[in-house]
Amino acid sequence: MSELTEDSVRAEVRAWLEANWNPELGLVEWRNKLADSGWGVPTWPKQWYGRDLPQAFQAVVDEEFQRIGAIGVAKAGIRTLAAATILEHGSDLHKEKFLRRILTGEDTWCQLFSEPGSGSDVAGAVTRAEMQGNKWVVNGQKVWTTSAHHAHWGLLLARTDWDKTKHKGLSYFILDMHQPGVNVQPLKQMNGHASFNQVFMTDAVVEPEFLVANVGDGWAVTTTTLMHERRGADGLRTWAMGSDRKGRIYDEERAEIATTMEPYKWYPQRAGRVDLILQRAKETGRFDDPVVRQEIARLLVMSKAAEWTARRARAAAQQGKPQGPEGSLGKLVSSHVARAAARVHTQLSGADALLSGSDSPMNGVIAEILVSVPATSIAGGTDEIQRNIISERVLKMPKEPSIDTTKPFRDVPRNTVR
Amino acid sequence: MKFSFSSEQEEFRTSLRRFLAERSPTKEVRRLMETDAGFEPAAWRKLNAELGLTAVRIPEAYGGQGFGFGELCIVLEEMGRALLCAPFFSTAVLATGAILNAGTEAEKQALLPGIASGDTIATLAWVEDPAHWDAAATRMTATPSGGTWKLDGHKSYVLDGHTADLIVVLARAAGTSGDAGLSLFTVKGDAKGLERRNLKVMDPTRKLARLDFKGVEATLLGTAGAAAVPFARTLVEATVCLSNEMAGVSERLREDALAYAQMRMQFGRPIASFQSMKHKQADMLVDVELAKSAAYYAAAALDEGDEDIVAVASLAKAAASEAALQTGIHAIQIHGGIGFTWDNDTHLWFKRAKSSEVLLGDAHHHREQMMQHWAA
Repeated sequence: MSELTEDSVRAEVRAWLEANWNPELGLVEWRNKLADSGWGVPTWPKQWYGRDLPQAFQAVVDEEFQRIGAIGVAKAGIRTLAAATILEHGSDLHKEKFLRRILTGEDTWCQLFSEPGSGSDVAGAVTRAEMQGNKWVVNGQKVWTTSAHHAHWGLLLARTDWDKTKHKGLSYFILDMHQPGVNVQPLKQMNGHASFNQVFMTDAVVEPEFLVANVGDGWAVTTTTLMHERRGADGLRTWAMGSDRKGRIYDEERAEIATTMEPYKWYPQRAGRVDLILQRAKETGRFDDPVVRQEIARLLVMSKAAEWTARRARAAAQQGKPQGPEGSLGKLVSSHVARAAARVHTQLSGADALLSGSDSPMNGVIAEILVSVPATSIAGGTDEIQRNIISERVLKMPKEPSIDTTKPFRDVPRNTVR
Repeated sequence: MKFSFSSEQEEFRTSLRRFLAERSPTKEVRRLMETDAGFEPAAWRKLNAELGLTAVRIPEAYGGQGFGFGELCIVLEEMGRALLCAPFFSTAVLATGAILNAGTEAEKQALLPGIASGDTIATLAWVEDPAHWDAAATRMTATPSGGTWKLDGHKSYVLDGHTADLIVVLARAAGTSGDAGLSLFTVKGDAKGLERRNLKVMDPTRKLARLDFKGVEATLLGTAGAAAVPFARTLVEATVCLSNEMAGVSERLREDALAYAQMRMQFGRPIASFQSMKHKQADMLVDVELAKSAAYYAAAALDEGDEDIVAVASLAKAAASEAALQTGIHAIQIHGGIGFTWDNDTHLWFKRAKSSEVLLGDAHHHREQMMQHWAA
């Protein structure tokens, strides 16, 4: 085999794309070709739809796809977390059954971790999975489940042993969402949207081969999924733009994006819409008030410094330097920025902040900011958890003594399940 | 280079940090801050000669090293961290900046080599009353007097004003106002008619003086009546430099408070294990890192000739002022009772944070500057 170089990889992928790319193909048909050729996920193993390419070549492949306008494998949503988790911990049967249909986008997935009684404390899950006869039977309730209403499969964290300690009694399953024991209900949020679901499992069934890793390994597998979730959080937003090109395959991709991104359409508002501040200040005439100018300036100082801090972290990563403290602050800082932005938007709007929908400024956008910002400091790890992570991992401060990890989980005080 | 340092810059920082930690231990800071001058001329000249610090941003043509604000701001950040007692900000930032921005070629040739070598201690005197940092508030008059000029009036809050060999002074032609009629002059520290008084200062590591001028002979620097623009530029540069010094002050406060929390035992465990302490430290890290990002960005923006530099400089100073003060407050709180004692070192950096918060304009002032600039 000849040695791989950027040029050789580029030449190879370009030749393949020129021979195979056709915008009049169906989306699934095209992605099956990607899976067969390995060019859809070139850094994956050869055995599983990839080409074993080092990560460094991914950018070259991406460039060639963009150059010709070719669509890639399905990348958005929980399916990428499922793929990463299955690649790392799944059996050959899991890989055989699930990976291809993840890449083609035929299957959508959801993540069944959070419960009404365990939010920040995910390892405190009390959904139970018991072996009855030769199948796992699952009972419990999950919450904040994105995409559960259309997902085919769920990544399920459940407790299989109540006599073991908290983290040792958990197991990880792949749950068939289309079965009588699984009931999905939308969860309406304070901003009126219903982007998430509650999932009720009543004697839901999991085939024994759909256990991931071993019984009792659930927490280790969950950690893998969560790590990929944190890593992918930024990618999701940039991917959310469909191409405006013409052709059957582009139409199908736009439909897929619309479905996947629908739950996230209020996300720009929950971040505070700092981009609207100066325009609104001038429109409303509030810019002339020096007190308001001070508040705007406070916000802009913070949001610019936050942006530059993120750029420092990215620059360090690109240069292969070890991650400094600047790389761990983004989530917490985004809460500060969102809250400050909501405060300024309120100041700028005056009595209009009393209104919502089409009576609110910018056809409801301002109202949506004011009632969506509280999500920022909770979703994806609360500010309090972020501060714990920063102080323990970056500043190396000691953990608080724990009282829940050394005794059988059965004896750990917890929320009562209604 | 707004988001990272080159490996040469990182090495420069590392060796400078080691050097300053050795030469400026707290014991030395405490000794020097009790002296009238606030530094030891012989020791400072030696240190400066070894490291070439005042030469960093002076072009090679004038005996300097020809580096940019990126490197100068590394020096300042490390000096803030070490709380080095030296007339560096006054000489290498304020006076050097004014001479480079306003001076003619011949004046630069005459004045800068002495600064680069460390022989000349210099400063810039512009503020007169406590409410104004801008040039337009200047009242001191300059009167032509046969080839030279005579200055009358007073200046205050002059950094190292009582020890400087060379003082760059902002004054105006009688009868002018605003930005019109402003000129810069140089005055010798021991000039006749100049009375210098060391002010009693809150931060004893940064000496300030009041200067009274009665017909003091002065030499014009640059073009008569045209000082407004080069002076404004000098203030913008100084604002960025101070923001970087404050980054070092803030980080030192944060690190010392963390070390103390890790060591201090209460209720049978290190106080660093209490969530209230951990969350405070996380918040301090956010404040300090954001202020550092703004300071670094602004330094690079100066070197890159960024058109938005006036707003960016004010943004950096607003962030630095808030972060330094807040970090100082948290640092004392984390130390508890010991943090309020003279013997504990926290107050040294707290006072530097507090004086830097105000110097060159506080956060309110710079937020307004930034908004005026962005509204235009």
